[in-house]
Amino acid sequence: MAATLEVRNLQTHFFTRAGVVKAVDGVSFTVGRGKVMGLVGESGSGKTVTGFSIIGLVDAPGRVVGGEILFHGQNLAKLSEEEMRQLRGNRIAMIFQDPMMTLNPVLRVDTQMIETVLAHTKVSKEEARQRCRDALGMVGIPSPDERLKSYPHQFSGGMRQRVAIAIALLHRPELIIADEPTTALDVTIQGQILAEVQKLAANTGTSLIWITHDLSVVAGLADDLAVMYAGKVVEDGPVSEVLDKPMHPYTHGLIGSVPSRNRRGEPLRQIPGMTPSLLKLPPGCAFHSRCDRATPECTAPVELLELIPGRHARCIHPHLEEVAA
Amino acid sequence: MSATTMEHTRRPGTEADQPIIELVGISKRFEKKLDFIGKLAQRLGAPVREEIVHAVDNVNLTIRHGEVVGLVGESGCGKSTLGRVVAGIMPPSDGQVLWRGRDIASLHGAEAKEAKLRAQMIFQDPMSSLNPRMKVQDIVGEAPQVHGMTTRSGFNDYVDEQLRRAGLDPALKKRYPHQFSGGQRQRIGIARALAVQPEFLVCDESVAALDVSIQAQILNLFMRLRSELNLTYLFISHDLSVVEHLSDRVVIMYLGRVVEQAPSEEIFARANHPYTVSLLSAVPRIEARKRAFTTVQGEIPSPLNPPPGCHFHPRCPHAMERCRVEVPALKEIAPGHLSACHLNG
Repeated sequence: MAATLEVRNLQTHFFTRAGVVKAVDGVSFTVGRGKVMGLVGESGSGKTVTGFSIIGLVDAPGRVVGGEILFHGQNLAKLSEEEMRQLRGNRIAMIFQDPMMTLNPVLRVDTQMIETVLAHTKVSKEEARQRCRDALGMVGIPSPDERLKSYPHQFSGGMRQRVAIAIALLHRPELIIADEPTTALDVTIQGQILAEVQKLAANTGTSLIWITHDLSVVAGLADDLAVMYAGKVVEDGPVSEVLDKPMHPYTHGLIGSVPSRNRRGEPLRQIPGMTPSLLKLPPGCAFHSRCDRATPECTAPVELLELIPGRHARCIHPHLEEVAA
Repeated sequence: MSATTMEHTRRPGTEADQPIIELVGISKRFEKKLDFIGKLAQRLGAPVREEIVHAVDNVNLTIRHGEVVGLVGESGCGKSTLGRVVAGIMPPSDGQVLWRGRDIASLHGAEAKEAKLRAQMIFQDPMSSLNPRMKVQDIVGEAPQVHGMTTRSGFNDYVDEQLRRAGLDPALKKRYPHQFSGGQRQRIGIARALAVQPEFLVCDESVAALDVSIQAQILNLFMRLRSELNLTYLFISHDLSVVEHLSDRVVIMYLGRVVEQAPSEEIFARANHPYTVSLLSAVPRIEARKRAFTTVQGEIPSPLNPPPGCHFHPRCPHAMERCRVEVPALKEIAPGHLSACHLNG
């Protein structure tokens, strides 16, 4: 089956006064229909900018300078603003970390939701309201009729995020980009949202890109995983394979840093140093200064290579011994 | 106190089981008094009243010397407030805080100051807890100088040592907080807390804002300092995997009350309270693949208007009539394992 989205060597650069920040510099991945793709990385790794690039929300001084974003074969990077607007919210939707970024604080929820419906479909206002009510019910908001008449501030954090998800679902999009939607929520509320999302993806065939820094969240949710470091995808593949047998030393270190992967009370396996500034990246592999496997050859540029079928890594010294074992 | 306060003294092993801090019936209420208009409206019969939040409600807790106690709960459960009461930043509305068996409120002068210095706090957001207009050397060195732990001539060496211990390069001490990364800022906060030679640290979500790889570095630092300086921790976090890794004992709070406490292995193997059980099942784990997320029903009620009886009953799958009226007491159900639930009889 054809992929819903295929990103090929995406490059998004920010032309700042201090220099060119290559926030995204060589990101490739594929999202199949109805699949959940986890995009993982630490702050500054470019995961959010990747999401923004796909949906065409990169603001000046940033620009998509290279690569292709193929949505059902159509290159989104080449579309005009008007064509993009036809897609955005209709066939591709986005959920943000802070639901107040989606919601207008001075408008009632029904006003905003009906507006979204009418922007892309010609239906009567009553029909639109009906659709909004269904969407709210679908994400588990009790008594959707009354809640439609509320303002965003009258919702709790978890409920607000549900409203944002309901808005994203209004047009049954083929692709939803979710940027850390549960990071600000409590554990039990996060569990509820994840359960809803899982159900929806399974029932509607919507593809999801789940952007997060939390490996534990995508472990239970995603089908595939792409790990980003300093603007590049350093490793990708099916979730269980990447998490059980990571090939790239960065993925290896990242998984080792998760407390539950360590014996209680013993020092965590940490990655030394910190993420480099995107303004002055080291040459070649950006990770080599923190890597315990680095050799002088690591200062040469590395490509994302298919090391074993279905799995890529951008490294010349991958952890292959564990994969083979 | 004598010269022993000038350095971190290694306590003999016999003291290990002594409580360093005891909380007896601690409550903390925040009241919003009515303003003039409110009072007027009330007198005219409008349904306005003073709002009282019971942030912490009758908590008893003993922390022994050298122990790491993890305090877990969701937002609004009162864990930060309790941490502040323990650290002596906030006075309790009711109850006593005993420092090595003596009521802190009864201490005066030098003794009170001493007890306060011995308990320090490390905050969640290092940016808002560090003065942006002070150089790092002053942030770290001011308090020890005021309290006579270092002299003007020894100041530089003292600050260097504190920074090095927290894993910072002393050459950076003339910089300001904004010139550091998040992880380094947290190290400054740690160096500042340790500079006054405390025995007891309250860490309030101290790694929550950090990236995974930096979080691991800071957690390792906490563990190293614990063994080097013989520290006792109250580690407040919403992240169960961090707490599980670090703590000897775990305390679970819900809406101002302690619902369960037990040694770490015990609570993760045999959680008793329905809230703990649902909390543990809601935590995403890296080991779990493509699993169905189980959910607790409903949301955390407002602490302004908590449900009567057991606070958890509206969300509890096992709730019965008794839960709606009677507050369950925290009872020992196994050695060292306490739980507040009517299901235990």
